[in-house]
Amino acid sequence: MSLDLQSRAEALGQSLPPLLAEAELLAATVMMGEHGRRRAGQGDEFWQYRPVNAGDSARLIDWRRSARGDAHFVREREWQSAQSVTLWVDPAKSMAFSGDKSRAPKADRAKVLALATAVLLLRAGERVGLAGDAAPPRPGRSQIVKLAAVLSGAEEGGEYGTPSATGMVSHGRALFLSDFFGDLNALEAALTAAADRGVRGALVQVLDPAEEEFPFSGRTVFESMGGGVRHETQQAGDLRDRYLARLAERKDRLATLARAVGWHVTTHHTGQPAQAGLLWIYSALQGGR
Amino acid sequence: MFMLGPIGFATPMLLLGLLALPVLWLLLRAVPPAPIRRRFPGVALLLGLQDDEAEADKTPWWLLLLRMAAIAAAIIAFAGPVLNPVERQAGTGPLLIAMDATWADARDWPRRLDRTSALLDEAARDGRPVALIRLSDAPGEVAFQAADAVATRLAGVTPQAWSPRDLAGWAGALPEGGFDTFWLSDGLDHPARGALMDAFEAKGTVTVFESPRPVFALHPAMYDEGAIQLAATRLPAADPVSVEVSARGPDPSGVERELARIALDFGLGAERAEAALSLPPELRNRITRFEIAGLRSAGAVSLTDDSLKRRKVALIGGGADREGLQLLSPLHYLRQALEPVADLMEGSLTDLLLASPDVVIMADVARLSQSDTDALLDWLDTGGLLLRFAGPQMAASDISRTVEDPLLPVRLREGGRSVGGAMSWGEPKTLAPFPEDSPFHGLPLPGDVTITSQVLAQPDPELADRTIAALADGTPLVTRKAVGQGQVVLVHVTANAEWSTLPLSGLFMSMLERMAVSTRPVAPEAADLVGQIWVPEVVLDAYGQPQEAGDLPGQPGDVLARAMATGPGPDQPPGLYAGADRRVALNVITSESTLAAATWPQGTLIEGLDTPPEQALKGAFLSGGLMLLMLDILAALWVSGRLGGFARGAAALAALVLMVPQAQAQSGAQDMTDDAKALEATTGLVLAHVLTGDARLDETAAAGLLGLGEILWQRTSIEPDPPVGVNIETDELAFFPFLYWPVSTAQPLPSATAYSRLNDYLRTGGMILFDTRDADLAGGTSPEGQHLQRLAAGLNIPPLEQIPADHVLTRTFYLLQDFPGRHQRSPLWVEAAPPDAEQVDGMPFRNLNDGVTPVVIGGNDWASAWAVGANGAPMLPVGRGFAGERQRELAYRFGVNLIMHVLTGNYKSDQVHVPALLERLGQ
Repeated sequence: MSLDLQSRAEALGQSLPPLLAEAELLAATVMMGEHGRRRAGQGDEFWQYRPVNAGDSARLIDWRRSARGDAHFVREREWQSAQSVTLWVDPAKSMAFSGDKSRAPKADRAKVLALATAVLLLRAGERVGLAGDAAPPRPGRSQIVKLAAVLSGAEEGGEYGTPSATGMVSHGRALFLSDFFGDLNALEAALTAAADRGVRGALVQVLDPAEEEFPFSGRTVFESMGGGVRHETQQAGDLRDRYLARLAERKDRLATLARAVGWHVTTHHTGQPAQAGLLWIYSALQGGR
Repeated sequence: MFMLGPIGFATPMLLLGLLALPVLWLLLRAVPPAPIRRRFPGVALLLGLQDDEAEADKTPWWLLLLRMAAIAAAIIAFAGPVLNPVERQAGTGPLLIAMDATWADARDWPRRLDRTSALLDEAARDGRPVALIRLSDAPGEVAFQAADAVATRLAGVTPQAWSPRDLAGWAGALPEGGFDTFWLSDGLDHPARGALMDAFEAKGTVTVFESPRPVFALHPAMYDEGAIQLAATRLPAADPVSVEVSARGPDPSGVERELARIALDFGLGAERAEAALSLPPELRNRITRFEIAGLRSAGAVSLTDDSLKRRKVALIGGGADREGLQLLSPLHYLRQALEPVADLMEGSLTDLLLASPDVVIMADVARLSQSDTDALLDWLDTGGLLLRFAGPQMAASDISRTVEDPLLPVRLREGGRSVGGAMSWGEPKTLAPFPEDSPFHGLPLPGDVTITSQVLAQPDPELADRTIAALADGTPLVTRKAVGQGQVVLVHVTANAEWSTLPLSGLFMSMLERMAVSTRPVAPEAADLVGQIWVPEVVLDAYGQPQEAGDLPGQPGDVLARAMATGPGPDQPPGLYAGADRRVALNVITSESTLAAATWPQGTLIEGLDTPPEQALKGAFLSGGLMLLMLDILAALWVSGRLGGFARGAAALAALVLMVPQAQAQSGAQDMTDDAKALEATTGLVLAHVLTGDARLDETAAAGLLGLGEILWQRTSIEPDPPVGVNIETDELAFFPFLYWPVSTAQPLPSATAYSRLNDYLRTGGMILFDTRDADLAGGTSPEGQHLQRLAAGLNIPPLEQIPADHVLTRTFYLLQDFPGRHQRSPLWVEAAPPDAEQVDGMPFRNLNDGVTPVVIGGNDWASAWAVGANGAPMLPVGRGFAGERQRELAYRFGVNLIMHVLTGNYKSDQVHVPALLERLGQ
């Protein structure tokens, strides 16, 4: 499963240019990354040669360049920084829903999107981790394998997922993938905590088309995926309008919350191609403006 | 069997199950449809929502009704419902099947045979001995045999053209011992039928079979008031109906065809319908029979004899007409005598001869111009009768004095003589009895006929032979001689009462009649028939079809007269009987005949041939219940919301398609509009075959034309569309250049409108290929061949001949000399070449008729040779091995030639002109 998930995520990630997260606050993270600061500093990439000043140690002199002339030059490297991105994929049972046999469950889509984003970010040299303690942000390709392993194994008992702000690096980025059918107050708390730490990010509401359309009628007993919540109706069709109103209200609330903390929000349907969701995440994490 | 209206039940106890339905109602009502359980994360958003309608947790009433109906249908189905159940009584003991077998049975004889066959089968199963008798036969021994043995004879049992003659005799001929009787009655009352019924009932139970189909009888045609009076009777007298009477006779070329047709309208409850048919004499005299069109029964046919024929008589008077002296006119008495019985013409001899009269009567005409004489002689040579009367002018002239005039039978003495007048001796002379060889032999001599003057014949050697009537003193009164085919008759007195009282007597009429100058308008009376032997020329069978009389013995006049009064019998079959100088028709129905329905004693079990057949309804009820259950599935799905939007329509459609009876699908196909058919038939060339009603035959015909079409595609520029079947009653024929008509005995005769459309089709250039499929082994006497004759009787088909070797059909595309199908070497008949077609030297073939032969008739079963299956392989084997394939190839070539002939006409025939055209072009 994990290999499968990984390969599918990599396949998706290959079709995009490396995603370079914009680093806003450089000072907070001094870890080396591949985001050139257009100034000399610590890093791997060549930046410029400059004449040796007094106080430079002899070790810094680039002898190959200096040998071509009389003056001595020091080889300076660009100051590079890395971004920490924290992913939260809703592990709740509600994500296991699929409205149609031809469509994968929502959780599948959320994990693929998350992992694809991770692949892109890691390839760009960012540090990617999962919210919580299981996989703190780390760079490197090996991290993909770890993320995939954790995501595949992540099955929590809750009916609806509650996002947590734990494990977020200050001034980093965050990406929440969920159906957000759970308690929005918990989400609000998490977002507030994240905002307090200067974390910005995006909310992706992954929904099945059935949840958008409510194509049910007749006498029906609705149960949540875990069976914990039930609702019985004689005429499911009559509930459609009111259900859709409530769904719209919830989306609206989500947008309000996100705007308050400067996050992006979108709704992604499992009926759509995953590419569309990844593109949106790409632009959301890159631009942020 | 428990009966509920026309429906009986095999196991009525099962119907008690219907009582359980109310219980079922309560049970079903208490159990609502189960809800669907759905896993749905969005339930979080639903919490707290209330249903708009507080619908009860119960099954909707209409769904309940549907289920109850389904279950009720199943219960009824298993109770074994049967529509119009037939009570089966297993009879025992011998069974006598008595068939009336009269002309009235002929109309539905095959169905009577079917019924009889069913009876025989039943009797064979029960092991009952059976005797089968025809009551129209003379009474004979009734022998009971095994049913199987009787069944083998059944096909040869035919109806007779007369009514039962001696039912009382049959009643006496019944064997000892009890037996049951099935009486297949023709529905008419016959003398002594009651006595026979009593005899039957004394032996055992009697079951009577009667056909509800009406009986029509056509009375002999009468000539009255210048028109032919036709009348028909029917039984029972019920709804208004119109029958068409067809007058048939030879056309100028000698082919029998329909000459006229008239409708007889029976009013509501009217037994008799009459109509007057006015025809020109030429046409009227040709009529040989009247028949009710479409009815095959001797009672619907009325042969005509001489009584309907009226001769054309030309009257020519001598000398100037003296106005005002009508009674003295030499023609007055002739006119009076002949007017009712003949068509009279007067005028100049030249004009009258042009009208080709049968008889020319010249009263006191002495001299004729040479040209008139020659014309008369020519006319006499062709069979005319010249009747001359003497008179003062003839007596005064010197005609035929020394040399016999060609237009007079004897030489005449000068001046004639007068006897018994004021200036002469002696009494007026009377007539001598007619000699035996005289045509007047047997006519009674009235005593008051006296002759006062006459012209005298000179004694000649032939005088005695030529005298056919003489006076008491031996002087000739009427002399006759033959001229060519005709004859010249001289009456030695005037045609008026001047010289004799003969024209005033009834003898004058009789003599004119005997000389075939006039004919009687009424049927002959017994007195006219007695004393002669009447030889049957044509006899009718029970179906009204004329048969050759063969060597049937002649009938004495008194016997025939009795038959005329009481109807024909075994020894005097209906037909045309020829005497010495006239022919009389003995018809099944006389002018006075009435049809009386047979009445049966109270309580007789009467079974109609048309009893609605027993029909088991179990299947219908079961499938109905199944359909309701299908509907219930859909409805239950719909109620519980499991029927998706798209799936709903698809499932409903699928259920309907599955369950709709096939018959409806077929009727839907037939609802194709005429326009669509017309477009289909005219957008390309379409070969058509006539639908015969025999499904297998029609299928073969369609496959045959399909195969021929494929060959045409491959080899020629003719590219036909798939063939179609044509119903000649309803479909438009004009779209099809070619009709293939396989003859099947199962096909009913076309209606009058269909015939007129077929004739239009033939006249406007269509072609029909008749195929009797019998290889013509029997020379036209096979069932198909006979049916073809009946089918084609109503068609305007020109004279036919066997295809000549130089017919254009032999070279329209391939060069052919043989036209095999699945059979070979049976002759092919096409329109005859004109008689004047001659072969010119140096030309390979004659210059034959312009145009396409309207019919081609053969029996080679071409469609079977042409037929290909869906995979393009031949459907039926032809011959054996390579020779068979060669035969099939030739069959295809014949088809190609035929279609080419249809489409290109005489194009190939015109090639005879090619050398001449080339020569002209060269110059």
